[in-house]
Amino acid sequence: MSAKITGSHAVMRSLIEEGVDYIFGYPGGAIMPVYDSMMDYQKEIKHILTRHEQGAVHAAQGYARVSGKVGVCMATSGPGATNLITGIADAMIDSTPLVCITGQVVSPLLGTDAFQETDVVGISMPVTKWNYLVTKPEEIPWVIAQAFYIARTGRPGPVLIDISKDAQFGELEYSYTKCTSIRSYIPRPKIDPAKIDEAAKLINSAKKPYVLFGQGVILGNAEDEFRVFLEKSGTPAAWTILGVSALPSDHPQNMGMLGMHGNYATNIMNNRCDVLIAIGMRFDDRVTGTLSTYAKQAKVIHLEIDPAEVNKNVNADIAVIGDVKETLPLLTEKINKRDHTAWIQEFKDLYALEYEKVIQKDFFPEKEGLTMPEVIHRINERTRGNAIFITDVGQHQMFASRYCRFHKTRSFVTSGGLGTMGFGLPAAHGAKIGAPDREVVLFVGDGGMQMTIQELGTINQTEAAVKIVLMNNKYLGMVRQWQQLFFDKRYSETYLMNPDFITVAKGFGIPGKKVMARPELDAAIDEMLNYKGAYLLEVSIEKEDNVFPMVPTGSSVSDVILEPQVT
Amino acid sequence: MKPIYTITAFSENHIGLLNRITIIFTRRQVNIETLTVSQSAIPGIHKFTIVVREDKDKVEKVVKQIEKQVEVLKAFYHPDEEIVHQEIALYKVPTDALLSSTTLEKTIRRHNARILEVMKEYTIIEKTGHKHETQELFDDLSKYGVLQFTRSGRVAVTKLNEELLTNYLKEIGYQENGNNK
Repeated sequence: MSAKITGSHAVMRSLIEEGVDYIFGYPGGAIMPVYDSMMDYQKEIKHILTRHEQGAVHAAQGYARVSGKVGVCMATSGPGATNLITGIADAMIDSTPLVCITGQVVSPLLGTDAFQETDVVGISMPVTKWNYLVTKPEEIPWVIAQAFYIARTGRPGPVLIDISKDAQFGELEYSYTKCTSIRSYIPRPKIDPAKIDEAAKLINSAKKPYVLFGQGVILGNAEDEFRVFLEKSGTPAAWTILGVSALPSDHPQNMGMLGMHGNYATNIMNNRCDVLIAIGMRFDDRVTGTLSTYAKQAKVIHLEIDPAEVNKNVNADIAVIGDVKETLPLLTEKINKRDHTAWIQEFKDLYALEYEKVIQKDFFPEKEGLTMPEVIHRINERTRGNAIFITDVGQHQMFASRYCRFHKTRSFVTSGGLGTMGFGLPAAHGAKIGAPDREVVLFVGDGGMQMTIQELGTINQTEAAVKIVLMNNKYLGMVRQWQQLFFDKRYSETYLMNPDFITVAKGFGIPGKKVMARPELDAAIDEMLNYKGAYLLEVSIEKEDNVFPMVPTGSSVSDVILEPQVT
Repeated sequence: MKPIYTITAFSENHIGLLNRITIIFTRRQVNIETLTVSQSAIPGIHKFTIVVREDKDKVEKVVKQIEKQVEVLKAFYHPDEEIVHQEIALYKVPTDALLSSTTLEKTIRRHNARILEVMKEYTIIEKTGHKHETQELFDDLSKYGVLQFTRSGRVAVTKLNEELLTNYLKEIGYQENGNNK
């Protein structure tokens, strides 16, 4: 029989068993035993002390999204735990595997309004895939094993483990067995071969098939399988904001981005195709526009691992439930090799129109002030599809999704479903930790930057070489754009009086430069990319810039607006 | 009026699972008419019986979300034709009022109710049946002054020839105590 160890040691040993190399966290009273044990495992696991728990959870998300591993974050009870909630909700809606460990008051005090007691299991229930309150030390190994298994399998998601302080102090006979199944949980649904046959038949008979792909391709590690399928089918393809980088940007069948600020052709063709093949995506309202006029002419094939997504927003004529890693090869085998050059040309013709009306002006603006898309375009030209791009939320996020180019998968990290401002800086930090050999460039606005600006301190401490491109238009730009277009130019509370960001960064030990005019831009980008450590490039941006094309809320995808109406 | 559906969900018996299930209804603004939790015919598996008044499309989506919970094995939904269902009601009535009545025997007989206890002050009557049946007895007893009334949630079993859960468990190769604990 093995010697007894404390619950807090069991936490650390269990994390090591699961291959954890980084914990993003913040200590406090109820998690102190684990932090004490942490000192004995510094060789195996590095802890990154963020400046706020929200910074810890977003960093864990960034880490998970680029590495494909489970992100781990840790916080104390009460406010520590509640500060994680935004990131957990973000991870839930974007299917990011996380294990969040929180300390809890000693179990006899549960429910007594003890100091720093919050019912975090209750609070996190709607935004976690699974959660559990541990009150006995002997539960720790199996709960952690189960947590990692649930977080990473099936449709991934965040899991929260709340551990009472007495369970951390108490002793157990420790042994660890990895979890390989839970009887009530089926991460990989059984594939119905009849559905594969039906789907193949429909694809083979289609005249204008159209593939929409999402993050499911990346989460299933199915990029190769997807590419093989796509090339055999000859079908044009477009991506959701979380699916980007699953297919190289320059692939001849990559037609661009879906959704509210996606490309022109990719939106319109939803309503012109005859067969819509949705792969690992969930028909978010930002993708479909108003459902009553969305793809009504098309037969829909939906490849999806989560049965609850099927028929949730768009009814599937054929639902192929299963992991796309398994279903795509089965489907590829059954489809005919096709060529849809003429159909792809229809996309290209519309793209040419979009290029002329929008993209050209975005990349090479005639106005004097600098614009977000031109900054992104210039950086893109330097990184040549090899960088990982992280964004915050707002106009710059839409420009970055539209214009960033990629060769490799897992190269774009953004808060898609939740739209969490303040996500960018900590997520970029976590991404750099998760992919230390890759260039990591963050695009962030002046609004979002100030929501988690304290994480500059964390970045300075870890010396992670995050390249921060702050696009400062002194406005909450996306809200301002909506006020201009839909609220009669009543700019309610969107102007920001900002600090001197360069001085702030300098105070945190991070060098930087502010660019005011076009002639300085290229040299400043070079300086940032060549600098060996973290760097802040602040670009002063024209405030009246808007993101187009646009599918206004409540509109049909075929009514995508290409350019602003002159009023 | 929207149709009635009976949702049955089969799950582990863990703390907090009831909450995980009810928030699915809350989030979609579906009112739970009645809810009963008990053990099922299979050892270790618990059964939720939830009655809602909602369109089929929405019920189907709710059921999928219930099934998605890690600790739920399987969930089904049924219109009333597919199930035999029952509720139980208890009525506490002043004994005086009953004794002075001339129609008590008739009322008890007509409703096929039972008297569980007679005390000097009060009498307890029990009736099982569908909701409208227990309601009718309540209405008839009202003239005597009902001191307390309570009605249970619906319990239900399917009238189908095949056992949906058993078939499903066979399909997934379910084993008792198959958890990693």
